Amino acid sequence: MADDRVDKGRRRFLTAATTGVGLVGGAFAATPFILSMAPSERAKAAGAPVEIDISKLEAGQMIREEWRGMPVWVLNRTQDMLDRLPKIEEWLADPESANSSQPEFAINEWRSLKPEILVLVGICTHLGCAPVENFAIGPGSGLGDDWPGGFFCPCHGSKFDLAGRVYKGVPAPDNLAVPPYRFLSDTVILVGEDGGAEA
Amino acid sequence: MSGKFLTWIDDRFPLTKTWNEHLAQYYAPKNFNFWYYFGSLAILMLVLQIVTGIFLTMHYKPDSNLAFASVEYIMRDVPWGWLMRYLHSVGGSMFFIVVYLHMFRALLYGSYREPRELLWLIGCVIFVALMAEAFMGYLLPWGNMSYWGAQVIISLFGAIPYIGDGLSEWIRGDFVVSDATLNRFFSLHVAALPLVLVALVFVHIVALHKVGSNNPDGIEIKQNKDANGVPKDGIPFHPYYTVKDIVGVGVFMMLYLGIVFFAPEFFGFFLEKDNFAPANSLQTPPDIVPLWYFTPFYSILRAITYPLFGIDAKVWGVVAMGLSIFLLFLLPWLDRSPVKSIRYRGPTYKVMLTLFVVAFIILGYMGMKHPDHTDLIWFKNVRWAQLGTLVYFAFFVSLPFYSRREKTKPVPERVTFK
Repeated sequence: MADDRVDKGRRRFLTAATTGVGLVGGAFAATPFILSMAPSERAKAAGAPVEIDISKLEAGQMIREEWRGMPVWVLNRTQDMLDRLPKIEEWLADPESANSSQPEFAINEWRSLKPEILVLVGICTHLGCAPVENFAIGPGSGLGDDWPGGFFCPCHGSKFDLAGRVYKGVPAPDNLAVPPYRFLSDTVILVGEDGGAEA
Repeated sequence: MSGKFLTWIDDRFPLTKTWNEHLAQYYAPKNFNFWYYFGSLAILMLVLQIVTGIFLTMHYKPDSNLAFASVEYIMRDVPWGWLMRYLHSVGGSMFFIVVYLHMFRALLYGSYREPRELLWLIGCVIFVALMAEAFMGYLLPWGNMSYWGAQVIISLFGAIPYIGDGLSEWIRGDFVVSDATLNRFFSLHVAALPLVLVALVFVHIVALHKVGSNNPDGIEIKQNKDANGVPKDGIPFHPYYTVKDIVGVGVFMMLYLGIVFFAPEFFGFFLEKDNFAPANSLQTPPDIVPLWYFTPFYSILRAITYPLFGIDAKVWGVVAMGLSIFLLFLLPWLDRSPVKSIRYRGPTYKVMLTLFVVAFIILGYMGMKHPDHTDLIWFKNVRWAQLGTLVYFAFFVSLPFYSRREKTKPVPERVTFK
């Protein structure tokens, strides 16, 4: 009754099948551990839209608010600032905002819903530093005689214009991101959703 | 009595066998010099970091609202807390000094060459794990430089096409560096990576004791054994090298504790001044600079400023930085010289190694400086970093070509003393 012959093919198949099933099981077992590191529900909820009151924002002024832990800038541009935007397009890497991140409605020469009100995520697209505003023009800015006002990232020297558009020859690849936003009234902006229809 | 007890143990656990195999009858070349202190000093630093870390963990709070204050509490109110903290923070830098010198020793004497390729590979993995450990530890004080350093380095992963953004969110556990990031870095820094490091160091030593130590002459002492099978040029690790290493430890501790007691910030190199302000997600420090041991690689990252093949400079920077570390892994197969030790190698390797060290130091210096400024002669910092990057890569790329037909000096049969 004892059959001493070993069926090697069968043994190999069983070994391979067991190993295979074990690996699949291991992958399934690892999944919850890996997914547990993704942003939690609380972190996602903290990404809820925020209202920004701009009733006291004078022309030429900028305020900083926080949305999803990121700095959001609202700049009330003067007519003079807007007039300068088209003049420097030759210095910019992506003047049409073709490769950059913004809602549909912000793909225009001002990168904004209303020409004068600029809303930006204040995080450099290079490595995530916070650029600083430098609205002085020319030599007084410390950024060269032809500096037309804009933003400068102190970490790696990236430069952006007054619409958050990135200069050529700096490490940042894209324009500063425009977050989704809409106007709840003339003086209140809701950052975090654009309501779709507004565009 | 003690003999009987030892027999009782040895019947149940290979105590005497292990002692002999790895210490009393482990024969190391008798011509070890200064450079051979840094292996045992690296183990010393690992142990010290673990011990001081355990005591810091008793008082530290991994919470973005409490972390910064808990470090101040350790510094001011915990008895001897300042000592634990400074031993640990200075210890991180000392660990890297020791490890860099340990790696340089391998470059001098060809310690990565056959049969020690795997030993070298394990060492490279230890280096990468150590960098991860140090990077995560640096976030824990939750100073402003901690915060922004982490922000910059994690967003490097965002440069990877397609999966980058999701990957960096997964690493942070949030859309920006936040409490979730701090908490998981704490977990990885105090539990996961120390376990990995200890395991890797154990494997590193097992591999070393399998192949035996290299030496300044780069010759295999196992090829020349006496009648008892003991290498003629070998001496037992214990007591000869244990005692020698204790002298090394003594001198090293004087330097280390000198810094801990008299210059714990080490002029901003070991603790940066921006880290004495709490993390502020809306305010970048004027210059985001990693600690000195990362600056050579950070320089390489920043040196790539031109897009290529339609891919952003940022991506190439990350690729170059990754490659600069990956090339270390390939070293055993890039070097084809007939001899191991620099003592018998031709002038080309000596020149290239010197240039490599100079480039590494220049890269390290430029990594601390603003790219657009001019801190050295002739040209802007970013140009120096680009030059350094070029030399760094040239060291690896040229190696297979000249090392094969290198004009070498004759290697002696037995080890020599210089």
